Amino acid sequence: MNKILWSVLLTLTLTACGTTSGTKATVEDRTGGKADAGMSSQTAGSSGSSTETSALGGKGADATALDGSSYTGDPRKNPASPMSNRSVYFDFDQFVVKNEYRAMLEAHAGYLLSKRDARVILQGNADDRGSREYNLALGQKRAEAVRKALAVLGVSEVQMEAVSFGEEKPRKEGDTEEAYAENRRTDVVYADE
Amino acid sequence: MMRTLLLSPLLFFAFLGASFSAYAAMEIQVIGGAANKIDVAMVPFQTAAGQPMPSLTQIAGDDLTRSGQIKLVDVSGTQQPVELAQVNYGIWRSKGAEAMVIGQVTALPGGRFEVRFRLLDVVKQTQLAGYSYNISPEQWRATAHQIADIVYEKLTGTAGIFSTRIAYVQKQGKRFELRVADADGQNPKTVVRSNEPVISPMFSPDGNQLAYVSFEDKKPVVYVQSLQDGSRRKTAAFKGSNSAPAWAPDGKRLAVVLTRDDASQIYMINVDGSGVTRLTRGGSIDTEPVFSPDGQMIYFTSDRGGSPQLYRVASSGGEPKRISFSGTYNVSPTISPDGKLLAYIGRDEGRFRVMLLDLASGQTRALTDTARDESPSFAPNGQAVLYATVQAGRGVLGTVSLDGKTHARLSESGVDAREPAWGP
Repeated sequence: MNKILWSVLLTLTLTACGTTSGTKATVEDRTGGKADAGMSSQTAGSSGSSTETSALGGKGADATALDGSSYTGDPRKNPASPMSNRSVYFDFDQFVVKNEYRAMLEAHAGYLLSKRDARVILQGNADDRGSREYNLALGQKRAEAVRKALAVLGVSEVQMEAVSFGEEKPRKEGDTEEAYAENRRTDVVYADE
Repeated sequence: MMRTLLLSPLLFFAFLGASFSAYAAMEIQVIGGAANKIDVAMVPFQTAAGQPMPSLTQIAGDDLTRSGQIKLVDVSGTQQPVELAQVNYGIWRSKGAEAMVIGQVTALPGGRFEVRFRLLDVVKQTQLAGYSYNISPEQWRATAHQIADIVYEKLTGTAGIFSTRIAYVQKQGKRFELRVADADGQNPKTVVRSNEPVISPMFSPDGNQLAYVSFEDKKPVVYVQSLQDGSRRKTAAFKGSNSAPAWAPDGKRLAVVLTRDDASQIYMINVDGSGVTRLTRGGSIDTEPVFSPDGQMIYFTSDRGGSPQLYRVASSGGEPKRISFSGTYNVSPTISPDGKLLAYIGRDEGRFRVMLLDLASGQTRALTDTARDESPSFAPNGQAVLYATVQAGRGVLGTVSLDGKTHARLSESGVDAREPAWGP
């Protein structure tokens, strides 16, 4: 009976649901794959988004995503280079950087060592099961794991910042093992991208 | 359960009507209730021309019903007294009423209204309370909630929470809004609007400020915002992630989680961002701090034992002590105003539910029967817990009484609600 009730509610709200996605540029990229170099630019390119506060309700502000596609010739984007890989995936409940990411992280470390003014942000993520704050801490652990791996390769702490998005910015939504695995991830994002 | 099934369709249609006048506020669904409810007759107040809708007795009656401790008596088909002298107690006793509320609204010059009401003990045939208010139309809902608070406190001996406020985050499409609403989900006001997530709001002890975490800077940063003028400051924006703000009872300091020195660890910080001191140490996760009401203890979540469990540590520092022992996932503690109970989220067979822990005895029990519960927050009177859950794939807010018998749902069509916090 409750199910029937909710299906009635759902039917009534379907129109509203369908119109909420909007057409505005946003930071979320749900299309990214494991070796999607474009992901980082999407993530970093969202700096045009805005937040406004008010004592009472205010008007909305639009976001403008910066275009991250103009990096022609950038070695970090060369599809032939392991640097074009930007995501480090983790096994369930694990925070160890797997061996398969060694070449990728060595390439990024080499770039950072050669360009001392380059800054990299390591963005950890988690799947959406359980507490948001605890998942934020789990994402941070994944970001720290990549930060430490780069530090071992000689990258200065000054060039790196490990942060977490927790479960708040899923690349893949849904309650499937595939989605969970996609979101157990740290993205390597350059500050100038 | 059977009763729930029978009630649902009726409630549904009642909400449909209510939602038109509520302007995108939340809808309320109440399920169950205490075994021994107090029967109260809310006699419709005599109306004045031009008075706001819905009526005071409707709003106050909904409040009382939501508590689960009061049942409204059918008041139709009988003479409806306005003044004390018009009350025939025998009639109301025969309708099963133990108490009754009568009153009237009178229009005053300048668009104001006078509201008079009396709470009567039908059995003893005495007046329990009587008040009059001189109000503007904007104070209509607040007045109804005050009436409900008075009725509730006189009849149960416990302070009411109907005049309190809640904060929550709503997600619509890819827009996030931090909102503050009346405890019944009505009268919502947006205080932060962002294209980036907002999580973990918490009211300051005086209710005048909100601490929260915003991702607008491409990383989690703790903000403290005035609810009076909307101004805000970055209280914690250190290198790494900044999150999980919790107000100290004095309203001057916060516990926050920073990663600037190590893994997620708990620190104390002044509201203006000064005076940072580290509270916990070690390479494991320490997060979700919450102060005991006397400010002496901090309860928090840590994975130092291998799985996330609840711990406590003196707010002056020291060795943390584990306090949750059953299950492999116990997180998000919130403490009762008397400091005796913790509500938290526990995972059992893949379900995340609101649990209650008696700190003295160590006894635990489940308050909810749902599967995706998050972010519990105690009511200011300690009688209920507000939390987020998922229903039909959508985030909704719920309240549950401490006996687990009364559940209410607050939801809005097409909107995902999460991260609730109950304020003063």
